[in-house]
Amino acid sequence: MQGLVPAATDGNMATEFHNLQELRHSASLANKVFIQRDYSEGTTCRFQTKFPSELESRIERTLFEDTVKTLNNYYAEAEKIGGQSYLEGCLACATAYLIFLCMETRYEKVLKKIAKYIQEQNEKIYAPRGLLITDPIERGMRVVSFFAV
Amino acid sequence: MSAVMITRKVRKWEKLPGKNTFCCDGRVMMARQKGVFYLTLFLIVGTCALFFAFECPYLAVHLSPAIPVFAALLFLFVMAMLLRTSFSDPGVLPRALPEEATFIEMEIEAANGNVPAGQRPPPRIRNVQINNQIVKLKYCYTCKIFRPPRASHCSICDNCVDRFDHHCPWVGNCVGKRNYRYFYLFTMSLSLLTIYIFTFDIVHVVMRSVDNGFLSTLKETPGTYPLLHYRLSITKQPLVVLCVLVCFFTLWSVVGLTGFHTYLISLNQTTNEDIKGSWSGKNRVQNPYSHKNIIKNCCEVLCGPTYPSVLDRRGLMQEDLAVSATPDAPFSSSSSSSSSNPVPQTTKTTAPLIPNEHTPDDAKPSIADTAEKSPSPKEEHPPVERVPPLASPETDAETSVVKDKIH
Repeated sequence: MQGLVPAATDGNMATEFHNLQELRHSASLANKVFIQRDYSEGTTCRFQTKFPSELESRIERTLFEDTVKTLNNYYAEAEKIGGQSYLEGCLACATAYLIFLCMETRYEKVLKKIAKYIQEQNEKIYAPRGLLITDPIERGMRVVSFFAV
Repeated sequence: MSAVMITRKVRKWEKLPGKNTFCCDGRVMMARQKGVFYLTLFLIVGTCALFFAFECPYLAVHLSPAIPVFAALLFLFVMAMLLRTSFSDPGVLPRALPEEATFIEMEIEAANGNVPAGQRPPPRIRNVQINNQIVKLKYCYTCKIFRPPRASHCSICDNCVDRFDHHCPWVGNCVGKRNYRYFYLFTMSLSLLTIYIFTFDIVHVVMRSVDNGFLSTLKETPGTYPLLHYRLSITKQPLVVLCVLVCFFTLWSVVGLTGFHTYLISLNQTTNEDIKGSWSGKNRVQNPYSHKNIIKNCCEVLCGPTYPSVLDRRGLMQEDLAVSATPDAPFSSSSSSSSSNPVPQTTKTTAPLIPNEHTPDDAKPSIADTAEKSPSPKEEHPPVERVPPLASPETDAETSVVKDKIH
């Protein structure tokens, strides 16, 4: 994993190192690009909408941003703390949480919607461009990964 | 001599790294050491059994039948909360798959630039800004991820847990994002139950002593916690004293714990942060997660959404086994089930959940050091995984046979 940068003068070393990084980046696109979480608003689930440079040639910026923003909206809806979540929480507590044996939580319902959305996006937008998105839940909700097929 | 590759379907929990134990085919997830948890169960069930057996008949008749009914409901609630806390996934973060780990390592190297030989590289920290406070995210060398804010690595369970509070031996599990509210409700309801039983012990003893006379009361109540005996010579009743002391300390510790967690919830802090002093004292970094409003903080922690588990414990995955036809190697020694292996399976960290991903060569030394390293995993037929290490020495012959078959 260590870069084999030969000893050289400062200027040459910087250029060679930069070239090596570029090579690595283009080689890694052959595998995957990971969009990290955006923690600027706390620990709620949000992904960064910054367009990664590795995808520049593969997909339009607006499509990418739309996808990530829609995902962020879905997660915000799932994690919203409001009337419905209070009601669900109180009802569940009153039944000692046994009600979850028969009822699906709101989060689980939204996760199903997200899975469907990702599948639809893959079919319509990303597969024709030779890319695929993985559902963040498969990566512990840490990253959205784009990989080339 | 030929080796046969058998593909079988296993549940994902069987291949999860970390030191958890799983029961009921992955439905139940606990820490490895469960002794103290059994003690908790014994204390709660034993105390309540004594209460129902010795005191409830008298109280139901002389006071009200609602007393044992309410006690029974409270007891059931306590048990439900305890089991829910103990058996559920606290919010374990799955380890990074090899590609993600490699990607992160490359990013770190790019950020660090060129480190002169002999010098230690800088610590792996990422700064993020949350609500105008700078929070440092640390890199976990075991899980190969940058831990999300408020996550911490539990060394007992060997997992990173989201919103890690603490590892509680009394419930036999970590307390984290997904089971914190059950833990809090457990301590609170247990406090109520203990106070309830304590109160009705006193009431029972008082009522009996009023009926019968005080001295004979102590002889007739063997299984209770007589509390007004301090007026008599206590040294004549050592068992009674022991009972009272146990009850006293239990009550204070449980009530104290509930009070402590109520305080933490109102400030939206975790025990881990409180102990480390992350948001107090000389650091002067304020808690960025607090809404600065006690009610809002309580609502977020107790009435927030029920987060799903991101560990897919009961999903199915492919697993490939090498079974040799030699008579000396029974099938069980060549299977890669982790229960028979005394050596912790290091490939568990590399076994990807998607079977056709292969480990890049250069990431392998940083992730796992398996006993056998196939020289070129990329040449393998895609559905066939690298053969997991077999701990027993007599199976080395098999691995070489398998390698022959592959190449």
